Amino acid sequence: MTRSWMLPEGVEESLPAVAWRIEALRRALLDHYRAQGYELILPPLLEHLDTLLTGAGSDLESQTFKLTDPAGGRLLGLRADMTPQAARIATRHFADQPQVRLCYLGTVLRTRPDSLGGSRAPRQVGCEYFGEAGLAADLEILRLMLETLQLAAVRDVHLDLGHVGIYRALSGKLGLDADDETALFDILQRKSQPDLRDFAASRRLASAAIGGVAALMELNGDVTVLQRARATLDVGETAIAQALVALEQAARELAKIAPTVPLHIDLAELRGYRYQTGLVFAAFAPGHGRELARGGRYDGVGGELGKPRPATGFSADVNELLRLGVEPDIF
Amino acid sequence: MTALTLALSKGRILEDSLPLLAAVGIAPAGDAERLLRLPTADANVELLVIRPTDVPTYVEYGAADLGIVGKDILLEHGGEALYEPLDIGIARCRLSLATKADSPLVKGLDGASGRRLRVATKYPEVTRRFFSARGEQVEIIKLYGSMELAPLVGLADLIVDLVATGNTLRANGLVEIQTIFESSARLVVNKAAMKMKHAAIGALLDRFRAAIGNG
Repeated sequence: MTRSWMLPEGVEESLPAVAWRIEALRRALLDHYRAQGYELILPPLLEHLDTLLTGAGSDLESQTFKLTDPAGGRLLGLRADMTPQAARIATRHFADQPQVRLCYLGTVLRTRPDSLGGSRAPRQVGCEYFGEAGLAADLEILRLMLETLQLAAVRDVHLDLGHVGIYRALSGKLGLDADDETALFDILQRKSQPDLRDFAASRRLASAAIGGVAALMELNGDVTVLQRARATLDVGETAIAQALVALEQAARELAKIAPTVPLHIDLAELRGYRYQTGLVFAAFAPGHGRELARGGRYDGVGGELGKPRPATGFSADVNELLRLGVEPDIF
Repeated sequence: MTALTLALSKGRILEDSLPLLAAVGIAPAGDAERLLRLPTADANVELLVIRPTDVPTYVEYGAADLGIVGKDILLEHGGEALYEPLDIGIARCRLSLATKADSPLVKGLDGASGRRLRVATKYPEVTRRFFSARGEQVEIIKLYGSMELAPLVGLADLIVDLVATGNTLRANGLVEIQTIFESSARLVVNKAAMKMKHAAIGALLDRFRAAIGNG
């Protein structure tokens, strides 16, 4: 029976050479986060489904494997992302601390891979910083993400920076219902000007309001995009002005802490998640058609479980980092 | 200069896009009929000639930085993993719902006598979305060609297929009931390439925009 040797689609196992490299990287990463003041958490693989899908987990319904608990009959979910778990732990167990820094590393399971031919069982690593609304927290997380890639020996990292506050300010003014908002979100993910024109025409949306969204989709490129944004967008709008200031500051700071990393700005980049609120970012490397680490701000998290607070964090797949990294000299 | 790879859909889109590629300055410099990988008039741009349905896959994986592919294929592929900034206006057609000229469904889909309709199509995903938006359960039969035959031999009540002129439908005694969407070729871009090769891709997009504007 050859069939019984086969693994499910999108699921991998690691044999000694690679397994040792994963273990070495795991230790190097966790040691580094610890030295930076991050506390390690080991959230459970299995949780009540409704808990997994609150707050930062609200986009994960279709990505989550589900089963019924034979003891009690409630629906359980296998974690598809550890970020919502970290948020729950921060709210539940660290409510008395104004600020908390958490890191985690473990396998998550997804019903569908994030991208064609991708893994359904990524080994997720990440850091989350709760309780600090200022740019300092975003920069700390960005720096940790870049250091993570460095420890994994990923070369030629490119950084992409955006801010979802601008999109939210513009789309908020259109007064769309939930379905249309989803459609617009989808159009932005694809930067499809033709689809945006059709969308605006079929919903009879005012051209001035849609014009802002159309302009947003063209605002991507090197840091000079931020100057163009000041000229194109309505900076009288507080949310937009604040977002641009945050991006300008972040770009200046990044030029200092990571001068060799090429910076790309994309004001229409939403990173695919609805819970995000501020600066968002992702790392890319040549020869790899998709992002290899991602993160951003998701303020207000924990509101369903306790006191909401600001949060920012990043995550990546250790297995993928290892594939992209050059052979390590850890041994 | 950064080297760029553009994936082209073999067949009608390739033929129709040759004048545009020439105007953009990336006319194929080789036998586009036979070669799968072609240099162009621009030393920094290479072409791949592949099946239309494979274009989104090549671009999504980053095997090609850009691609030219019909909106019909993108909708079926579910392309949120790609940027599709430009409608290049060629290969215009519509995806339509059609049935036999003597079918009661010609008067409207409500003419179905309560039973579940069978729909034959090359586009099961688009078809499923269309009917579920109407709140109707249908049975979808995936076929790879000669859709027009399905209603004639009783394989399906309806077909969902691409229509350019409508001549093939008419010749086979079918009529269009409804247009599901209008399709044309789109320029698609790999998301990571857009970020890492922004200057080169931005410049090429501008050349395409200029060429389409003039055409």
